Amino acid sequence: MFRNVAELVELAESTSKSISEIMIEQEMEVTGRTRTEIKEQMLKNLNVMKAAVERGITEKVRSVSGLTGGDAVLLQEYIKKGNYLSSETVLDAVSKAVATNEVNAAMGTICATPTAGSAGVVPGVLFGMTKKLEPTDEQMVNYLFVAGAFGFVVANNASISGAAGGCQAEVGSATGMAAAALVELAGGTPSQSAEAMAIALKNMLGLVCDPVAGLVEVPCVKRNAIGASIAVVAADMALAGITSRIPCDEVIDAMYKIGQTMPEALRETAQGGLAATPTGRELEAKIYGVSLDKK
Amino acid sequence: MKYRTVFDIIGPVMIGPSSSHTAGAAKIGRVARTLFGQKPDQADIYFYGSFAKTYRGHGTDVAIIGGVLDFDTFDSRITEALTIAKKENIHVNFHEEEAITDHPNTARVVLTKGEEKMELVGVSIGGGKIEIIELNGFVLRLSGNHPAILVVHNDRYGVIASVSNVLAKYEINIGHMEVSRKERGKEALMVIEVDQNVEESLLIELEKLPNIMKVTKIHD
Repeated sequence: MFRNVAELVELAESTSKSISEIMIEQEMEVTGRTRTEIKEQMLKNLNVMKAAVERGITEKVRSVSGLTGGDAVLLQEYIKKGNYLSSETVLDAVSKAVATNEVNAAMGTICATPTAGSAGVVPGVLFGMTKKLEPTDEQMVNYLFVAGAFGFVVANNASISGAAGGCQAEVGSATGMAAAALVELAGGTPSQSAEAMAIALKNMLGLVCDPVAGLVEVPCVKRNAIGASIAVVAADMALAGITSRIPCDEVIDAMYKIGQTMPEALRETAQGGLAATPTGRELEAKIYGVSLDKK
Repeated sequence: MKYRTVFDIIGPVMIGPSSSHTAGAAKIGRVARTLFGQKPDQADIYFYGSFAKTYRGHGTDVAIIGGVLDFDTFDSRITEALTIAKKENIHVNFHEEEAITDHPNTARVVLTKGEEKMELVGVSIGGGKIEIIELNGFVLRLSGNHPAILVVHNDRYGVIASVSNVLAKYEINIGHMEVSRKERGKEALMVIEVDQNVEESLLIELEKLPNIMKVTKIHD
């Protein structure tokens, strides 16, 4: 059983196995379930993600509050025009991350990866790569096991809760997980996955959880969007052979400690940051008829 | 290890928008309903910390009542839970508490039906996972690391042995076990953490044993 990223990478490289394989084997050992059962459950989760992405990029979903919805469709239309500045894969990943979070905000069905507020990044990056990498269902399921393996380490050694550790613990973790998983999907090594995770998470450190009106909408949807873009770029950097000076486990530990020292106002309480801006307060008052801090 | 399985990370499949505030809340509500064992007349929900401040925006209120109605986290009826509760004549009250709790996402659920009353405190620790820290005044130390069986029983000799016999028959290993009671000979609570998820048939068999009042499991 691996307790940290170093052990995970060592386990994979010393046995010449992929990280997804290590995760599946551990799951079999811990739960006593068969490989087939485990893979089938992951395939079900993959199909939920696929359906949410499809819905979000085709239907202009609207959240109950009216704060979010329809941006995934805008981005898909923009990609079709072909005049984009970044790349098709990055923008496709971004739009599909947005799609998932828009469906989530509209109280639709999603799969938490690792949480609902950060559910966009992992599937966004995956489905953004379908055209370029043409993965099989098997490879897509394996991508989710890699993401799960890295998320497992973060959840057990740090936190994946915005209320406990800020947005860095949610979208930050998701971004690291997606970067690591994309490396394996693209044919990289286990240690390159760890480097990608480290590079991605470093750029999410300190990110606060400051949702307007306490809703998983503003800025969550757009943080998932940019998280997806960071994940793709971090994976590219790791595949290019770039390493993180600070080892992945230490980055995770830094994230945990930053979360512990983060003021409560910036941990999902809608009391600080963007939630406390004049516009944030105005939107909140409009939604509830009264501001949260005046209740 | 707080998280055991990959599906705690890639999962659960759920109705949005928040795993801690929606899915976790739904699970807390559902554990309460399962332990109560029947449809309540009244549900009083006390929210603390982030739950108290943001429950309306996250649909925590809808989700926890969805759980009280015995809906799973992915059940789309969750969005209509408050209306459904009304139709089913369940009287619902929400209370926003000021008290500071150890974890920001804490809820106290009080279910009543006539004379019967049950009180449970649950914490949503992230990613849809929950911990139960109090039940009817019994302090629990349910870490959430493992699947667990909760047995409410009469404080009598032989009850613990009969429960562990059934577990042995099903080849279920006990990882951690606690028994607590409020008063000698009165109501007692057994909390049994096991290594693997248990089948419904085992719970039914436990329930049939003498002096057992209620049996439920948490964490799939």
